[in-house]
Amino acid sequence: MFDYVKKNKALAVIAGLALTAVVAVPVMAQRDPAYEAARSSGKIGEKPDGYLGFVTAPSPAIKALVEDINIKRKAAYTRKAQETNSTVEQFAFTSGCNLIMRTAQGEKYQTPAGTWNTRDASEPVRDSRCP
Amino acid sequence: MNNPFSEGKATMLYQTRQLTDRPYGAIRFKMRSLTTSGLILGAMMTLSACVQVSAPDKPIVINLNINIKQEVVYRLDGDAKDLINEEADIF
Repeated sequence: MFDYVKKNKALAVIAGLALTAVVAVPVMAQRDPAYEAARSSGKIGEKPDGYLGFVTAPSPAIKALVEDINIKRKAAYTRKAQETNSTVEQFAFTSGCNLIMRTAQGEKYQTPAGTWNTRDASEPVRDSRCP
Repeated sequence: MNNPFSEGKATMLYQTRQLTDRPYGAIRFKMRSLTTSGLILGAMMTLSACVQVSAPDKPIVINLNINIKQEVVYRLDGDAKDLINEEADIF
């Protein structure tokens, strides 16, 4: 087995590269590090309406980042709403249900009452209409 | 038919009078008996079924928005999950 690998080092390297490429494709669509940092530090959080909100007064950089993501989200919701014959608000709300459910521990989310909660091991407080 | 005393007109008039104009004509008699039995039945029902219904003190508000939305949310849930997975960089 090892002999085979040694003999075909070039082949192994090519195979390794191909594997990396396969793994790298999903990694491409990952969160921006600044966005990830703002989330985990609790400066921003998920709102029930499907968009990001500011937990504390944002720095200009974070404000620009969140606004940019929210515009991209709205574009995605609009596209999907058209595909599913629903309104943008309906699709955004459904996504909000899922996004709050997917928050990691320590991240912030907004309850239907409007307060910001920190996600812990328990179920998040969500709108009663969420599935 | 323009003759005011044609046979057809006379027949029509006769039939009409037979059914409606006579004091104790067939239709009138039947209607009267129906009315009487109806009144008796109505009185019996009123007496036997004494269900008290009181008006609610709060106005009745049916919020259709909630029902429609929940239905829609359940329908869109799968598509929303797909979108979040597809565009993981903005979620």
